[in-house]
Amino acid sequence: MEFSSVIFYIAAACTIGGAFGVVITRNIVYAAFALLVSLFGVAGLFLVAFAEFLALVQVLIYGGAIVIVILFALMLTRIEDFEHLTDNGQWPLAVVAGLGIFGVLLIAVLGTSVRTGPRESVGVRDMAEALFRDWAVPFEVASLVLLVALIGAVVMVRAYGGKD
Amino acid sequence: MIELVHFQVVSAGLFSIGLYGVLARKSALLVLMSIELMLNAVSINLVGYATFADFTEYQRALGQVIVIFVITIAAAELALAIAIILRLYRNRTSVNVDEIDFLKW
Repeated sequence: MEFSSVIFYIAAACTIGGAFGVVITRNIVYAAFALLVSLFGVAGLFLVAFAEFLALVQVLIYGGAIVIVILFALMLTRIEDFEHLTDNGQWPLAVVAGLGIFGVLLIAVLGTSVRTGPRESVGVRDMAEALFRDWAVPFEVASLVLLVALIGAVVMVRAYGGKD
Repeated sequence: MIELVHFQVVSAGLFSIGLYGVLARKSALLVLMSIELMLNAVSINLVGYATFADFTEYQRALGQVIVIFVITIAAAELALAIAIILRLYRNRTSVNVDEIDFLKW
């Protein structure tokens, strides 16, 4: 087995195992760390696909920012059933929905033949040219979305003049 | 040898697990984490196509550009969702999605 296959299977095992950890564990802090494992697994998959820049972005943004923010939210919302979370009553239905969508996706994936070309990397230079030349306006709109989301978050969690 | 179909199967599995988490978990924060899993499944698919499919150089680059947008929107969505959850916790002292039903008629 060649080296990239080994890396791929390790990363895929981390991704899927971490995802199962998120949806199965009873302790929400463990769920946050399982999410971290899963996101690092996704970064490994990006590396196998020669997307080094995206792997780095994935580790920095998800590992460095999103999981930390989720842990802060856990800290600020300490609920009484913090360590023994339960699923709600519709979990059998959720299993059916999950398996059903997995089956549909598998049929779609295995039944469609995609013309695969030579496996080659996308240069960061090509990506930057596409992003900052042709997709410059969507890029600016995305930054505006981030700004609006940040202002909205601040407005929403602000305490209203001592009212609460 | 790793092919595109490997990436697609991992992506499908991650998306299904995320869907199960969104539907079955009680805590709003866990629902949020499951949504992140689903967004990552989409990213895996896009990166797989960008690397393996028989596209031109430009189309391959576009696949990765869209992943950058997905990550951006995921970050914005997470910030807003956590603000909403903190607000809910302050008003209701609960982030259990089964108890948050005051938009019901």
